Amino acid sequence: MQDKPAFIERYERSQSSLIPLLQKTQETFGYLPEDVLMEISEYLGIPLTRVLGVATFYAQFRFEPLGKYVIKTCHGTACHVNGAESIRQTLLEETGIDEGQTTKDGLISIERVACLGCCSLAPVIMINNRVYGKLNGETVRKLIRKLKKGGLDN
Amino acid sequence: MNSCGIAAGARETYEALEKSLKEKGINIPLKITGCVGMCYREPLVDIITEDSITTYGNLTSEKVEKLVESHITNNVPVEEWIVKTDKLDGTKVVETRDVDGFFSMQKKIVLENSGYIDPESIDEYIARDGYEALRKALKMAPEEIIEIIEKSGLRGRGGAGFPTGRKWKLTRNAPGGIKYLICNADEGDPGAFMDRNVLEGDPHRVIEGMIIGAYAIGAREGFIYVRAEYPLAIRRLEIALEQTRKMGFLGDNILGSGFSFEIKIKEGAGAFVCGEETALLASIEGRRGMPRPRPPFPAEKGLFGKPTNINNVETYANVPWIIRHGWETFASIGTEKTKGTKVFALAGKIARSGNVEVPTGLSLREIIVKIGGGTKTGKPIKAVQLGGPSGGCIPDKMLDIPVDYDSITKTGAIMGSGGMIVMDSDTCMVDVAKFFLDFTNKESCGKCTFCRLGTKRMWEILDKITKGNGAISDLEKLEELAYQVKIGSLCGLGQTAPNPVITTLKYFRDEYMEHVDEKKCRAKVCKSLIRYEIRVDRCNGCTACAHYCPVKAITGEVRKPHAIREEMCIRCGTCYEVCRFNAIEIVDAFQCVERWAKSK
Repeated sequence: MQDKPAFIERYERSQSSLIPLLQKTQETFGYLPEDVLMEISEYLGIPLTRVLGVATFYAQFRFEPLGKYVIKTCHGTACHVNGAESIRQTLLEETGIDEGQTTKDGLISIERVACLGCCSLAPVIMINNRVYGKLNGETVRKLIRKLKKGGLDN
Repeated sequence: MNSCGIAAGARETYEALEKSLKEKGINIPLKITGCVGMCYREPLVDIITEDSITTYGNLTSEKVEKLVESHITNNVPVEEWIVKTDKLDGTKVVETRDVDGFFSMQKKIVLENSGYIDPESIDEYIARDGYEALRKALKMAPEEIIEIIEKSGLRGRGGAGFPTGRKWKLTRNAPGGIKYLICNADEGDPGAFMDRNVLEGDPHRVIEGMIIGAYAIGAREGFIYVRAEYPLAIRRLEIALEQTRKMGFLGDNILGSGFSFEIKIKEGAGAFVCGEETALLASIEGRRGMPRPRPPFPAEKGLFGKPTNINNVETYANVPWIIRHGWETFASIGTEKTKGTKVFALAGKIARSGNVEVPTGLSLREIIVKIGGGTKTGKPIKAVQLGGPSGGCIPDKMLDIPVDYDSITKTGAIMGSGGMIVMDSDTCMVDVAKFFLDFTNKESCGKCTFCRLGTKRMWEILDKITKGNGAISDLEKLEELAYQVKIGSLCGLGQTAPNPVITTLKYFRDEYMEHVDEKKCRAKVCKSLIRYEIRVDRCNGCTACAHYCPVKAITGEVRKPHAIREEMCIRCGTCYEVCRFNAIEIVDAFQCVERWAKSK
């Protein structure tokens, strides 16, 4: 059981604080721990079912911790027509995990996103807030091997 | 330095420049700017002198040394890297030499500052007449401003094209003391990045437009709803809001006018449907982003039940320009029913991808071929996709239609927010339709059955067709379902979700028929309908393909032709990518079978 996070009380006690609070929680813990969700429910006076209803509706929220490196694979239109599917395939081969999963050692998580808005560099992926573009199977493979050796210092 | 520029290496270039200038003891200021739209030339560096701006393209960090040595130390520009030179008179550009022909047909209103100013500096915005419009507006009566916007002919740039002035008037006239103003920056269409560039490149412009709008409708509180996937845009907005408050353009008693207004940023949480205005309101209120029936429209009952005006980023970004230059100037640009300019994000198989702003009325072909340079592959254009998942595919033969709301709507596509994806002969139109259906199905909020299940069933039929299991009756079913989903859904997401299917069926029916009848994908995209083969006459046995094949399906000895073991191949295409001798061919799966049958 974690202590009640101090940031909760900095928010106004109203329903409109719910999403910002969930975002802050995820920013702090990397995911939404169950006990913090209960604290939020109690603080805002909103039933836990509704808190969970909102949290599960939005794609941004996770209920399990993420890996050290989060790879977001872009599946926007530009990336799709430029080969996003083969990037996914290569990532799967290199890491052994598919989109939505985390490696057992907790090093890498892969998330599928709709569009990163860097369409001119398609196909792109994002590793911890940094975008890598104009990729193909080979460059992705090199990138992941470098990452596994600890060579991506971002 | 916007997201794309940084991904292309702008930060490394910046650091290399900083280091080089320091080492040489050259003391000239080094600044960052937003995006000028030439994404295909990133990273870009401008060298600004008193009377000119020289823009260098593809300036990666290893080119920095030569640039500094030649242009800065010896005053000799490196001709082969120049993409644009502007001659200046004061701060005004008087003449442009545009190497690629990328800018000559553009008209910059919304993007007039993007790429020229540091987006994190309010002083630079003010130096280019920033907040001039606000000063002017605060001296006018709110009704007067609404009249100017109405007469200018500005229509909502979010996609639907509702007249902005009329929207403002409705909110202003709605009864009630508390009113809200919202900027919709939940740019969710895959393939669209216009709003991101405006927010990252010139955030003050949007804020100024919002303040003027708030004064006109009588709102005291406003929100910018921006997607969390745009961290840099959010940061620059936060900086800009802070500066605006310090300067007295935001907060209590703005510039001594007695008018007070405050703006808060609300981050989206990853739901495409929240671009729909009633879903967006629900999301700000802290609920699930699910649309509700309209009427009542947000102008009557919006956020927390109060009258609310919602416009898109680009719409607000037009407002300061209109106030400064007058409605007549704005109305003189563009076509009769669609005034002004529109920003498009060119992407896909296009040679010059980036952000362009053009007067409406230009033809799609002019934008794609003259500005965008045609396809990057040199293959013919097959179609252009406009409007993202709500839009449609316009075939090559129709590209001469002018860009305005009404002409594009007639094709079955929509103008949309501005995503323009070019497709060449390597793009399978059935696969594209399936791609969009997959997207809308996943993003459906689940409230209405037609959208939730209809899009799912449509996707299943498309999946069946791309796998070579489709029948003619499936096409009819698809059309019937498309029609039902369109009329049976509550909000824009469901009502427009069938558009990609309807337009591809209309213009590319022969391609659907090939998938169904001949089990053939002419673009060689649908994996179940293709095979990879090694051409014995071209393979020299370099082993690259065998080395990279993830499933070890390629066998052969060094320096002897290799072969693919069909039953093991997963058709990932890696061998095709790594082969340097064009020895790997993609053939129709059924053609193979026929050939095999003949040989027996």
